[in-house]
Amino acid sequence: MTDVAPPTTRKDWSSDQEVRWCPGCGDYSILAAVQLLMPELGVRREDTVFVSGIGCASRFPYYMNTYGMHSIHGRAPAIATGLAMARPDLDIWVIGGDGDMLSIGGNHLIHALRRNINVTILLFNNQIYGLTKGQYSPTSETGKVTKSTPFGSIEAPFNPISLAIGAEATFVARTHDMDRAHMMEMFRRAHAHNGASVVEIYQNCNVFNDGAFEEITAKAHRADMLIPLEHGQPVRFGADGEHGVTAGADGKLRIVEVAEVGEDAILVHDETDPGLAFQLSRLASGPHTPTPIGVFRAVERPEYAEQASAQIAAAQAKAGPGDLQQLLLSGATWTVS
Amino acid sequence: MSDIAERTPVELDRVIIRFAGDSGDGMQLTGDRFTSASALLGNDLATLPEYPAEIRAPAGTVFGVSAFQVHISDHDITTPGDSPNVLVAMNPAALMSELDKLEPGGTVIINTDAFEERNLAKAGYDENPLTDGVTLKGYTVYEVPMTSLTKGACEALGVKPRDAERSKNFFALGLISWMYTRPVQPTIDWINAKFAGKELVRDANIAAFKAGHAFGETAELFDHPYVVKPAEQPPGTYTNISGNVAVAWGLIASSQLSELPLFLGSYPITPASDILHELSKHKNFGVRTLQAEDEIAGIGSALGAAYGGHLAVTTTSGPGMDLKAETIGLAINLELPLIIVDVQRGGPSTGLPTKTEQSDLMLAFYGHHGESPLPIIAAYSPANCFDMTIEAARLALKYRTPVILLTDGYLANGTEPWRIPDVADLPRFPMAFATGPNGSDDEGNPVYLPYLRDPDTLARPLALPGTPELMHRIGGLEKADGSGNVSYSPENHEHMTHLRADKIAGIADDIPHQEIRGDEDAEILVVGWGSTWGAISGAVDRVRAKGRRVAQAHITHLSPFPENLGEVLRRYPKVLVPEMNLGQLSKLLRAEYLVDARSVNKMRGVPFTAGELEQAILAELDR
Ligand code: SF4
Repeated sequence: MTDVAPPTTRKDWSSDQEVRWCPGCGDYSILAAVQLLMPELGVRREDTVFVSGIGCASRFPYYMNTYGMHSIHGRAPAIATGLAMARPDLDIWVIGGDGDMLSIGGNHLIHALRRNINVTILLFNNQIYGLTKGQYSPTSETGKVTKSTPFGSIEAPFNPISLAIGAEATFVARTHDMDRAHMMEMFRRAHAHNGASVVEIYQNCNVFNDGAFEEITAKAHRADMLIPLEHGQPVRFGADGEHGVTAGADGKLRIVEVAEVGEDAILVHDETDPGLAFQLSRLASGPHTPTPIGVFRAVERPEYAEQASAQIAAAQAKAGPGDLQQLLLSGATWTVS
Repeated sequence: MSDIAERTPVELDRVIIRFAGDSGDGMQLTGDRFTSASALLGNDLATLPEYPAEIRAPAGTVFGVSAFQVHISDHDITTPGDSPNVLVAMNPAALMSELDKLEPGGTVIINTDAFEERNLAKAGYDENPLTDGVTLKGYTVYEVPMTSLTKGACEALGVKPRDAERSKNFFALGLISWMYTRPVQPTIDWINAKFAGKELVRDANIAAFKAGHAFGETAELFDHPYVVKPAEQPPGTYTNISGNVAVAWGLIASSQLSELPLFLGSYPITPASDILHELSKHKNFGVRTLQAEDEIAGIGSALGAAYGGHLAVTTTSGPGMDLKAETIGLAINLELPLIIVDVQRGGPSTGLPTKTEQSDLMLAFYGHHGESPLPIIAAYSPANCFDMTIEAARLALKYRTPVILLTDGYLANGTEPWRIPDVADLPRFPMAFATGPNGSDDEGNPVYLPYLRDPDTLARPLALPGTPELMHRIGGLEKADGSGNVSYSPENHEHMTHLRADKIAGIADDIPHQEIRGDEDAEILVVGWGSTWGAISGAVDRVRAKGRRVAQAHITHLSPFPENLGEVLRRYPKVLVPEMNLGQLSKLLRAEYLVDARSVNKMRGVPFTAGELEQAILAELDR
């Protein structure tokens, strides 16, 4: 599109529907971050589509004054894939929670990432099933006591970042619902990425899993518990950057005190290095120890819908636009007069 | 010894030939080529390919037998024939599994080279049937050492004997082509094109084909060849078409007729995959195909493309239908156009993947939760798949609804001559999308109401993403009519449930009345749907030829049924419904119309024969 989208405000992007999440739910701040970001992106509302599955997070499209589809459980990435193939001109966002995208829809998520279809996926991870009133999810920690695991969950959780990297995702990031500026920055970058991008958002479900991320996202803990990743920058954290991450001689990443190892020993983040992205995703095994946030991986790979369109263009350049009558006559034919 | 005069061809009005061999013997190809040559000659024809589910079933065993039956005729025929007149048996297993299908006194052409101890044992013969004096008693048997003759023919080419052996099916084809005076050149041209670049294979196949032909001509074995003259067909240009190709072409046609780009989301499944293959070839028609990660993504991606304004399709078979059920429900609720092609096969579960059945009718009607009616139509012959696909597209787009098109394995792989339509004569149904607001809010501001319906069709408007000012949200939650806003109100849900049902029921006004073939004052009405058409038609003709009065109604539009169907059913004292299931249509007819529709069933993975149904009709008449 050559013409510039007319300026908009947050209000323009908000639908007339009353928001119906529980008071205090982390989803509100994610919605606000998205609605505040949209005017900055210079895109048109009519060219924007939010596709969601089922779950608390999946109510999201109703609140955006754009096109939107609240679909069925787990299937949003598949539906969005078809939409993005049919309409590469659109700006497509996929919204879902950890149950939606990692449990019932896990297959669609990994294949959307693998294909590198141009959609921006926001994965609201609250480590619980909210809408069905509090069962453990595929990201709930082992031992989690919920209505369906009264004796504690005996399952190992997914690490969504590791999973996405393993699925050949070209853009993988993590943020959390307590930091609007960081969310907006991650969403901005995910949106700018050509291909499938996924942002895991640590989201507090204050009704069924309150405080799941508090140890790392509470204002008082953030400096020491969140490890901001920035491309080309040393991986350091702490109020004065006193902590850092090093790669040992054994190749393993460790959290260290910068003063002890020296600045030169601190790892420099490289978003294009898949091995590093994966190792960083393994640094914390849950939101209880220092946890990286930011862009883990951002690489360019041919986008799926563009390639599909290119094959069509090439076929048409070679054979001309299809002639139906010729097609029907293309087999062995005989004429009766 | 016969001289040339004695060997002038003898005329036949029709012949049914069954080619049978090991799955690795290339019998499908042989049958297919014979069919093509016959089609080019202008015969009417019908085919029945039958092959095992395994890609390479154990060689030489009865499970591994692959057969292809073709019925060629100088008059109009509707089925691949009841009992073959000729069986070509490439190995003992083929003889073992196919001989009982042959007509009494029929002709058996045997590749004697394959009848050695190991093969005989694998087929379960204790004694060699060629010499036991019992097995082949009463049949006309031609013993031909096809393998060695093929090897001999290829020797000069420098083809290794083991490789040469693979061309023996072309020897058989050459021999049968001579026997039935098929033109030679089309097959040679085809071999040349197909094996271009594989010169040795090409040359071996041509050599084998010619050797088979020459063998018929020169060996003293056969008294004379036969001719089956061209059938009288309406003027036009014809091609031989399978149901799967007809569906694929029907979809491309529908894309042009509706002026929408075509999108197919599909997961490979037998016997539907050929539709995906065929469409994937035609990208220059702007066709987008996605081989999805699973059946659910197949329909999900199609639904996404439909939302984006494409003519969207998903193709599958029974197991895939189970998985797509939830998304079909979503499409019904969203009221988006979508075509679902179910190429039925034997079930339940994996069932008989390569065999035909009609057992998904109830699934199509009721296989999704909630009150969720949708149009269901069924093709009755391979070529009819083209027209019914266009009809599915027309209904889906006009009524903004998913439509299920039922075909089956027999239609999908079977072929028949098709008079190619003039594209200009096809119905056009250009799709129009919403371009501006269609209502106003409480303050009188113009707004877009996505569920404000057309009073005639009850179809809702469709505003495509990208259309300024019409932004709106749709979803699977119950919605208020008009605004489309989420609504849990009991009155609204009841109203919407009725509306969705009324919309589909109203389609009855927009489809043809049920036609009747046969006698006005018939003693019995034979009702069918789908691929049983050929066998039912043949059976009805035979019973009428015996002087009984019979009428036939073949239903293409199953949901909703044609408006006059109830009246038609009540017109006749008896109603008989042959189905390749346990009576699904007859149950529906009983429930809907309170008629005593009696069912005839066959669940053997192969179509009814006209003979079987002739007996069934006579039995019902005498009941
Ligand atoms: S249940 Fe939890 S996730 Fe759902 S809306 Fe309430 S607080 Fe938010």
